[in-house]
Amino acid sequence: MASLKELKGRINSVKSTQKITKAKQMVAAAKLRKAQAAAEAARPYAERLGKVMASLASKVSGEGAPKLFAGTGKDQRHLLVVANSDKGLAGAFNSNIVRAALAKAAELKAEGKEVDFYLVGRKGRAPIRRAHPQNIARMFDTTDVREPGYEEAERIVAELMEMYDAGKFDVAHLFYSKFKSALTQEPTRLQIIPVPAPETATASQAAVEYEPDEEEILAELLPRYLKTQVFGALLENQASEQGASMTAMDNATRNAGELINKLTIQYNRSRQAAITTELIEIIAGAEAL
Amino acid sequence: MALHFELVTPAKLVRSEEVHMVVVPGTEGDFGVLEGHAPVMSTIRDGAIQVFRTEGAAAENIAVRGGFAEVGENGLTVLAEHVEG
Repeated sequence: MASLKELKGRINSVKSTQKITKAKQMVAAAKLRKAQAAAEAARPYAERLGKVMASLASKVSGEGAPKLFAGTGKDQRHLLVVANSDKGLAGAFNSNIVRAALAKAAELKAEGKEVDFYLVGRKGRAPIRRAHPQNIARMFDTTDVREPGYEEAERIVAELMEMYDAGKFDVAHLFYSKFKSALTQEPTRLQIIPVPAPETATASQAAVEYEPDEEEILAELLPRYLKTQVFGALLENQASEQGASMTAMDNATRNAGELINKLTIQYNRSRQAAITTELIEIIAGAEAL
Repeated sequence: MALHFELVTPAKLVRSEEVHMVVVPGTEGDFGVLEGHAPVMSTIRDGAIQVFRTEGAAAENIAVRGGFAEVGENGLTVLAEHVEG
């Protein structure tokens, strides 16, 4: 049985842990609200661009389509872009994304394809490097910015395009976590290159004038569309991270509370036992006189 | 009489308002958009969009980079990667 002093020490240590998890939970809650607002604000642009892309994609087809849209004609080399966060304390957030990516990698390898990784964020590096030490094409560092934003998306897409133009891969998939609610985040895979044609829900009826022509506009808009998708994924990821963090920290705080209660009861019992023993000793002593 | 003008960046919806006319610096030349303009899609070269709130009013310049303009039945929508100011 642990001594009284030891118990007291443990209670205090759990209490300070609880303070930290509680603070982190509140920070995550505040950040989650911000991240959700950012995701909300980005929606109009993505929607409009998606609509434009859809109406353009239905017009441009066949030989005139840019490489980014039509693909390289091969399906051999795959690039998995895995977006993670830089910080932990977010429950299974990062490991879920990594697991989804590794599962896809295994599947592709079983089909005899080549797989490379492009890692965004710090937390995915260790597990993926362990599983595929030879296949990490590039790591994108986001540690120097507080929140990955559009500029980071631009830089990521610029690097991806460069690699694509150099023929380093044929197909790129993006892995991130889709934000559903603070409680559920879904690891999601999205094919980003070649750009999948958006659903043509609205076949434009009016005769639209294009300036310059459709192909050129499409060629110009494709990288932008790509950036928007990466940006959207980064935002979703941020909201998911904060949501996961909030839930995880809530659990941790509650567990710490339970542990404190248990330890306090144990502490009180041992204290009572000590007092009782002391009393018995005194009484026995007095009786002996 | 009014043209619905929207300026959107990836980060947010910058403007959504009724204006008289907007002059867009298209890649193949500037063009003014009034209400009832025929549908057009055009890329924009980096430069300033001029917004005229009312007829005869002084122009308000909004510098944009990486832009794209779409004129449809709902008015003019400018998608820009960066908006300065």
